[in-house]
Amino acid sequence: MAHGPAKGFTRWLYTTNHKDIGSMYLWFSFAMFLLGGVFALVIRAELFEPGLQIVEPGFFNQMTTMHGLVMVFGAVMPAFVGLANWMIPMMVGAPDMALPRMNNWSFWILPFAFAMMVSTLFMEGGGPNFGWTFYAPLSTTYAPPSVTFFIFAVHIMGASSIMGSINIIATILNMRAPGMTLMKMPLFVWTWLITAYLLIAVMPVLAGVVTMMLMDIHFGTSFFDAAGGGDPVLFQHVFWFFGHPEVYIMILPAFGIVSAIIPTFARKPLFGYSSMVYATASIAFLSFIVWAHHMFTVGMPIAGELFFMYATMLIAVPTGVKVFNWVTTMFRGSMTFETPMLFSIAFVILFTIGGFSGLMLAIAPADFQYHDTYFVVAHFHYVLVPGAIFSITAGVYYWLPKWCGNMYNETMGKLQFWLAFIGLNLTFFPMHFVGLAGMQRRVPDYNQFFADFNMLSSMGAFLFGAAQILLLYNVISTIMGGKKATDEVWENPEGLEWTVASPAPYHTFSTPPEVK
Amino acid sequence: MLNTVNRLMARLFSSAFLLTASGYTLAEGGERSTINMPIGVTPISQDVYGLHMDIFWWCVGIGVVVFGVMFYSMIVHRKANGAKAANFHDSLALEVTWTILPFVILIIMAIPATKSLINLYDTSESEVDVVVTGYQWYWGYEYLDQDVSFFSRLSTPQEQIRNEAPKGENYLLEVDEPLVIPINKKIRFLVTSNDVIHAWWVPDFAVKRDAIPGYINESWAKVEKPGLYRGVCAELCGKDHGFMPIVVKAVPEAEYETWLADRREQAQKIKELAKKTFTLEELMAQGEQVYGQACLACHGANGEGGVGKAIAGSPIATGDIAAHLDIVVNGSSVNPAMAAFKDTLSEVDTAAVITYQRNAFGNNTGELVQPIDILKFKQGK
Repeated sequence: MAHGPAKGFTRWLYTTNHKDIGSMYLWFSFAMFLLGGVFALVIRAELFEPGLQIVEPGFFNQMTTMHGLVMVFGAVMPAFVGLANWMIPMMVGAPDMALPRMNNWSFWILPFAFAMMVSTLFMEGGGPNFGWTFYAPLSTTYAPPSVTFFIFAVHIMGASSIMGSINIIATILNMRAPGMTLMKMPLFVWTWLITAYLLIAVMPVLAGVVTMMLMDIHFGTSFFDAAGGGDPVLFQHVFWFFGHPEVYIMILPAFGIVSAIIPTFARKPLFGYSSMVYATASIAFLSFIVWAHHMFTVGMPIAGELFFMYATMLIAVPTGVKVFNWVTTMFRGSMTFETPMLFSIAFVILFTIGGFSGLMLAIAPADFQYHDTYFVVAHFHYVLVPGAIFSITAGVYYWLPKWCGNMYNETMGKLQFWLAFIGLNLTFFPMHFVGLAGMQRRVPDYNQFFADFNMLSSMGAFLFGAAQILLLYNVISTIMGGKKATDEVWENPEGLEWTVASPAPYHTFSTPPEVK
Repeated sequence: MLNTVNRLMARLFSSAFLLTASGYTLAEGGERSTINMPIGVTPISQDVYGLHMDIFWWCVGIGVVVFGVMFYSMIVHRKANGAKAANFHDSLALEVTWTILPFVILIIMAIPATKSLINLYDTSESEVDVVVTGYQWYWGYEYLDQDVSFFSRLSTPQEQIRNEAPKGENYLLEVDEPLVIPINKKIRFLVTSNDVIHAWWVPDFAVKRDAIPGYINESWAKVEKPGLYRGVCAELCGKDHGFMPIVVKAVPEAEYETWLADRREQAQKIKELAKKTFTLEELMAQGEQVYGQACLACHGANGEGGVGKAIAGSPIATGDIAAHLDIVVNGSSVNPAMAAFKDTLSEVDTAAVITYQRNAFGNNTGELVQPIDILKFKQGK
């Protein structure tokens, strides 16, 4: 019994349709991306020149904190969940997600979590000002009163992520079409399956660490208070046990997206499919045993220091395998360079550069110089911006014609790509230099020695921001109209999603397709 | 604004992008690159620099190969050139090769890294021991068994930070009293904190250690060249994280010994001063200075308040003296932002600043607090 969406606002409020929920996740994450971007621009505006110009140091710290939190939990993670919602049922030939009501719930608690977190900026004493890593005791004994709201917001975000993950795992394991064996699944499905397990493993750890903070702040415990027999370093161990897998949560689905896009535009099957699956699994496993490389300077015993150095260096192996496979997929292909492909190629190049600086950071003795400098900021932005943001953008351009039935404007897409690409490199490449030359992270002011590169970074940041407005415009105008897309959209793309009509009907695969 | 853009453009086309880092002297021990890690002045920093460059060149090498193949394909194997796609999609031999090859490179890098790390951790047989304590937002230094200790604060004037005066060369990297150490001696730094986590970092020594309350972390340096070496707090520690620099002055041993003797003598004098009785004028003059260093940032130049409460007309500064002494000496029990000054201000300074607060900003209580009162209060009498 086919029927269309309900009318009016209740369509969105009560919906259990994976496509509707996917769209809501994507719009929400884009809104958060713009908000987090505004925070970043405040930071870059202040850092345009030495001296204090625009904001006070206390507010600056709130901006760095909120920028990180909003981008990680509000922009990147919900965007991937949105893509998962839209694509996974269509990719495995399922009619919807396995747990549609929970799907609705896991989305709708998110806006409340972020409303609560962002509202702290207007509270007395200001919002969280201790960095997105919120190290105790700066985030406990010395925190502004609004920290309690931050803690509960994190709890809600965690609940949302866990529910989303359970749903994804249940869908992938139970609802594949006949013949869709595990080793036939598209890599996006594979990487999301592994990501979902990571989320279920580490989100409770995050919930645990913020709960310990809550106890320290309000109930007189001393988990992280040395004066009460607690241990501030314990905080960092627990946090990074969550934090490092979290980093991979933000990159593994990206691997899946580019693994779908590169073969399409190289017109050649993905090279080394099974090794890609094993490499993803290895990266996920390693992510649990490298957390303390974020803490090389806390004074660990040398045995610990060495272990975490070796384990971290090992990550280069499976990550290298993935890069080599993508490059070999392109090799002797028949390539065209539509917008999704441009973003994917930039992903491979820039993510690899971020991987190189990661390898450098793994060398523990050298990390004593790199740690907490702009070199680290450059490193993780090179991994996350081209990694997560570029891959999501690539995914949006790649699947948008399937979602709304219209082709986007290719010229505008390419223009956005080049603006974003130049903006990104202008923003983050000079950060390598200032970091090596001695500029520490999270400061509102600096010596003139670092002035030139900081000014370049700030200019790049505004360019990058402008490029995102173009993305918004392009997406909206594509939804409103434009050239009709064919069902296949691209030239012989792989995957079940291209076998249904464009735009994809409200309900797809009411009868499961046969996969050979 | 236009000026800065012009300056930027000039730099773009001259030094920075030709990779000829121009001559800034962030460390008087030598010129420092604007684009690369300093080689530094200790055996460890030179070692670390070597590792850094090794791994960097490995990355460049791998990058050239990977990006080379990629760009070759992008140029040659494009549909517009009539390239026909091949159909290969698996090769066990290739997969094994590019698993093993990086592994070998990693082992080649891990060996020297391990050696350096072991050396970096060997803090035994030190000749001078300095306890470094992080405070919000300055550093405290104590020479173990030497009876010498002092605090080191940012000396850049507020006017420079607020863009009301031209910035000096060592803007934000200058302090009132640098740490002084002898060259060619193994100095052990024992790093801890009094409040939140800080990190003591001097790039020219490749020393970076987190200062953590309840922990004492160790690190060491043997400086080979006399000079002024500048560093910063590297771990976010609150509002003024960017304003607590480090300056280390490395001097020949004889000079160090003289300096140490001077400091010891000064410390003795300060102790004796605590027994002296001061006049209101003396206390007010001294108090104004201390207020500027220790209180002004939170309580305002006219005691009007800000992050902290107002001093002008405050019930504490105009009421019971004991309560006033208590909050300055022991800090606030409800608000951690109001720090305890018992270790950071001498008896004379404490007495002066309390007298100042009770008589300035229209508080005019006419009451005097003498150093001996502070001493008695601290001893619980």
